[in-house]
Amino acid sequence: MSTIDTHASSAPASPGVLACVADWIGTTDHKRIGRLYLGASALAFIAVAAVGVLLGIERVSPTREWLEVGSLTQLFALERFGFTYLVLLPAMLGVAIAAVPLQLGARALALPRLALGGWWLWLFGAVLGVYALAQDGGPGGADARFVDLFMLSLLLVAAGLAAGACSVATSVLTNRAPGMNMRRVPYFSWAALVASLAVVVALPVFAGDLLYLYVAHHYPSGGGLSGNLALSEWAGHGFTQPLTLVFALPVLGFFADAAATASGARLRPRGTIQLAIGLAGVGVLASALQAPPMLDAGLIHEDFSTIVRQLLPFGIVHGLPLLGTFALLALTTRQLLAAKPKVQAPVVYGLLATALLLGAHAASLVTHVGDAALVGTTFEEGTWLLVVLAAVLAALGAVTYWGPKWWGRSLPSVPTLGIALVAAAGAALAAAPLHVAGFADQLGAVFPFVQPGMQASVVNFDYSGPLELWNGLHTIGLGLFAVAVLAFVALALRAFLLGKSAEDDPWGGQTLEWATTSPAPADNFATVHVVKSAEPLVDLQPNRSDA
Amino acid sequence: MHALPAAPAGPKHRQIIVGAALASAAALSLFMGMIVTWLRMRDQARAAGSAWVPEDTAIPMVAANVMLLALLPLCVFAQWAFYAAKRQDRPHTGVALALVGVVGLMFINAQAYIWSQMKLPANGGTYNSMFYALTGVLVAAAIAGVVFSAVAAFRYLGGRSTDSEVVAAHALYWYVLSAAYAVLWFVVYVTK
Repeated sequence: MSTIDTHASSAPASPGVLACVADWIGTTDHKRIGRLYLGASALAFIAVAAVGVLLGIERVSPTREWLEVGSLTQLFALERFGFTYLVLLPAMLGVAIAAVPLQLGARALALPRLALGGWWLWLFGAVLGVYALAQDGGPGGADARFVDLFMLSLLLVAAGLAAGACSVATSVLTNRAPGMNMRRVPYFSWAALVASLAVVVALPVFAGDLLYLYVAHHYPSGGGLSGNLALSEWAGHGFTQPLTLVFALPVLGFFADAAATASGARLRPRGTIQLAIGLAGVGVLASALQAPPMLDAGLIHEDFSTIVRQLLPFGIVHGLPLLGTFALLALTTRQLLAAKPKVQAPVVYGLLATALLLGAHAASLVTHVGDAALVGTTFEEGTWLLVVLAAVLAALGAVTYWGPKWWGRSLPSVPTLGIALVAAAGAALAAAPLHVAGFADQLGAVFPFVQPGMQASVVNFDYSGPLELWNGLHTIGLGLFAVAVLAFVALALRAFLLGKSAEDDPWGGQTLEWATTSPAPADNFATVHVVKSAEPLVDLQPNRSDA
Repeated sequence: MHALPAAPAGPKHRQIIVGAALASAAALSLFMGMIVTWLRMRDQARAAGSAWVPEDTAIPMVAANVMLLALLPLCVFAQWAFYAAKRQDRPHTGVALALVGVVGLMFINAQAYIWSQMKLPANGGTYNSMFYALTGVLVAAAIAGVVFSAVAAFRYLGGRSTDSEVVAAHALYWYVLSAAYAVLWFVVYVTK
């Protein structure tokens, strides 16, 4: 049974800067809460990308020291923490919070105060986490007080993000328009539901490990959980694949919706595409295992039961998400090509982001083949970076797509398309050289520990091959991506403040968000609509061949 | 703007119960994750030939068992509260919620008693720190449950007697916490 929230919400806009700020920080309007997440993660991206570029420069020439060796451990930790929990997950969550209720035909987000409280908790944890790292805390930190503080900040960040995810999942489960059963939920909302449920289940497991680590570190006893390096060993699974791939799951839903809009036809087979998105989320099971399953190449010589015991969890955690992502990309692209689509910026962003994500799924699978010996190399880092950049690319596409509903204005299409191509090239260039360097055994880690005079570290390595080339290309790629994001932010600020007003349905969309005005009012819809298919706006066009 | 048909007023939404179910799933995930880590560390210690539970550690099993047994009436009271709330029976709802709160406080008190009797130093080894972390989270969850009982009681008795959803969500939370404690009791106190 689908239900709909009929609360009329939010007071009219108040005059004055302070009143406007007060409106924003205490808002229950989901479009504002989502944009708070998006804005904060955009700022975090620019700062963390700058750190990433500096670290890339450091690795170009391992014998030269650009940065102080003592700070490298914290900078690497900041890059990993920042890109994963201050950029990747909040950006996906922000888009979901801002877009999902509109897609569902709901007048409000379910439990909006929980989502807003989650944002504040996340922000507070993020600030504490960065402060702790700046004070020599974090994994490998020398100051025990700030190592503790870093773990507490991670707990706050995880709690805040889980609260936001809980709100999104509750919205999809309870706030759908009348007639919208689960088969008729738009693809993005479906992907947001799967990702949110995964986050609600996975982040508490991560938090449990952090709690153990905090107590063991605060009351040191010399056991396996004590010490500043235990964080990497016991909670590292929260910062790498397959969990990060689950965080990026809404990318697939966004691409499917944008592709349906661009093709002008209903995207089919619907059940298979929903199943593909669900399969891509199966990687969350790795969080229950707390360590993703590995596969030994020598397995072929083992007996049948041993083969099944290893192959089954490996296939479920790594194979099914790859299969799901591939199936979605193949089915959607096939229909796009058959329909001779309009070249719209959002679908280009979605296509490029999904292709990058597919590459990341494949690379993640390869990483976990034991005989490839890629664990502990930069191959894992390249895959992780690919996931983060694919998600950021999709978030930019989502801002382009839903911007008219959130701000009432549209981004110009030609420069937006150009930025998409530059950003995708930057993402590939940032990640691929790290993969190649990983095959050449360039060392890497989730949280590298760098000490002065340390011979075998992530900044002091030596292998046969053009190491300066690989690390230089990675740095250029990351820099290119960061410049593309900066250009997008500048373009968006200009367009959303001074650009031309958007039409109510600028893309020819199929789902309910395009049935309201641009920008959408505080309570989204003047009347609650009944839907009779997954594409209610297509139903209104009786002369269409597929309507 | 597209002209879609307007819907009649929809049925009542169930956001609180669904939200509580998700929060309960998160709590269960937290406990199960911590218990899995506990088992991994215990297996590692035993494989290395060292004792997992420190010598001279006496676990007061009576208190641990009473905690488990107390959860049975607690769940019955929580269900009673929901049953009464659905029938808008304010006196019985109030009594049942108060009983849930009292048994919840007894549960917390029993865990505090276990801590005081065991006299484990928190920095005495991996077992000690993990024991305090796991049981500490349990107590925090129980405190949250007692607060939930108080909120449900004040909300219901304060006049929102047609809204039994909060009382149902409250019962669901305690069921999940009881299930989590049953597993914890078996792993930490029985098989040690």
